[in-house]
Amino acid sequence: MRVVSHPVLGEMQNIEWVNIIVNGKPMKAKKGEMILAALLAEGIIVNRYTAKKHEPRGIFCGIGQCTDCMMVVNGIPGVRTCITPVEEGMTVDVQDGLGSWRGDK
Amino acid sequence: MKQCEMLVIGGGPAGLSAAIEAAEAGVKVVIVDANEKAGGQLFKQIHKFFGSSMHRAGIRGMNIGQELLERCEKLGVDIWLNSLVIGMYKDNVVAIDVKKNLTEHKLEKIQAKKIVIATGASENAVRFPGWTLPGVMGAGAAQTMANFHRVLPGKKVLMIGSGNVGLIVSYQLMQAGAEIVGIVEAQPKINGYAVHASKLTREGIPIYTGYTIVEASGDERVNKAVIAKVNPDWSTEPGTEITLDVDTITIGAGLKPLIGMSYMGNCHLMNDRFLGGWAPCHNYSMETTTKDVYVAGDASGVEEANTAIEEGKVCGIAIAQALGYLEEDKAEQMKKEAWGRLAGLREGAHGAERTAAKERQLLEYKKVMEG
Repeated sequence: MRVVSHPVLGEMQNIEWVNIIVNGKPMKAKKGEMILAALLAEGIIVNRYTAKKHEPRGIFCGIGQCTDCMMVVNGIPGVRTCITPVEEGMTVDVQDGLGSWRGDK
Repeated sequence: MKQCEMLVIGGGPAGLSAAIEAAEAGVKVVIVDANEKAGGQLFKQIHKFFGSSMHRAGIRGMNIGQELLERCEKLGVDIWLNSLVIGMYKDNVVAIDVKKNLTEHKLEKIQAKKIVIATGASENAVRFPGWTLPGVMGAGAAQTMANFHRVLPGKKVLMIGSGNVGLIVSYQLMQAGAEIVGIVEAQPKINGYAVHASKLTREGIPIYTGYTIVEASGDERVNKAVIAKVNPDWSTEPGTEITLDVDTITIGAGLKPLIGMSYMGNCHLMNDRFLGGWAPCHNYSMETTTKDVYVAGDASGVEEANTAIEEGKVCGIAIAQALGYLEEDKAEQMKKEAWGRLAGLREGAHGAERTAAKERQLLEYKKVMEG
């Protein structure tokens, strides 16, 4: 859920949007925001499943320290989504375990 | 290899203040910061700071962050962003991983005459069954999302911990539109300032003192939290359980200094629970037991942003003095004033404990250096 109006920060203004693809589905994200924030705005909170027990994980520290929010971004696994900004056309996928590389990157 | 006079690791309140103070005296400063934007955690602190006017009370943390960044820019401080220090070696050589984009990184090495460790702190976790479920997160994480990214991480929040972080973040999540289901505090009384607590109790938010979290449950996301009364031996009292419907549990259980750099720099560390655990001891100039390596802010013991600013200033003054940019008399006077302001900041709640802990750090430094 986006905080559109805020008693201290005021109204959210002049939003530019980009298109990203999350788990195969198209989605709008705010230009320059972190992938994790874009996903939380849409209520998506599972970023990855653990390798051994296949347990879900989501945001824990939000500032790039803990690695719980790692996802596969543009085919690259292990990307900390809380400190990686969205880009037009970016693909973002839930990571299974350590994830796997896709494409020629 | 690049050379610089002063390298600051971490561009939060401590690092920026150290840089400003030194650069004003003429020192050429490089700041390396792992993030996309410098300012540390100031930009999520949308509340007004406490203290007297000389401590910038009444100014919001985010505005202080902006002011510090602008001063750095004016003074020509070189700020490297997306730059993570990955090694500290002998002869003051620091290795830095500079992230260009998702796949491209560049390794840089800088040799500095003086190094400031201003890496801040990380949040403590509380472990209970279900703590790894999505929706259970640090209080700071929720604060970053709501105030900085302007996205609510959840709608029905249980806060663990009633320190200032727990209280302020609860209030801010409420401002952003979340419902605070309650705040649990294992100790018999509220830990943070009464003024913050009363803002929440006025809104009818229950603060469960003497309660702790027993477990969280849910499938792909937490949907229930069980809390219960705590006995004097920290066990929970059967029959006192309360089940709460939540979609978010935030943990505000204190912070600990980030000591990776101090450890790598072979700085002598000491453990003090009033400063959040292990931290490097230092002298009156904030220099650690490793020559030329200084420390400031939460990395030298967890306190607040305004103490971090003053400690950073001490570093900057001491380094400018050591490099010959400030005369001794003037530098000593400036340091004395900064320490005076620090003493003022350490007068409030828990201030006596923090003052004593900082004195223990100074004493430990002396003991180690005198061998």
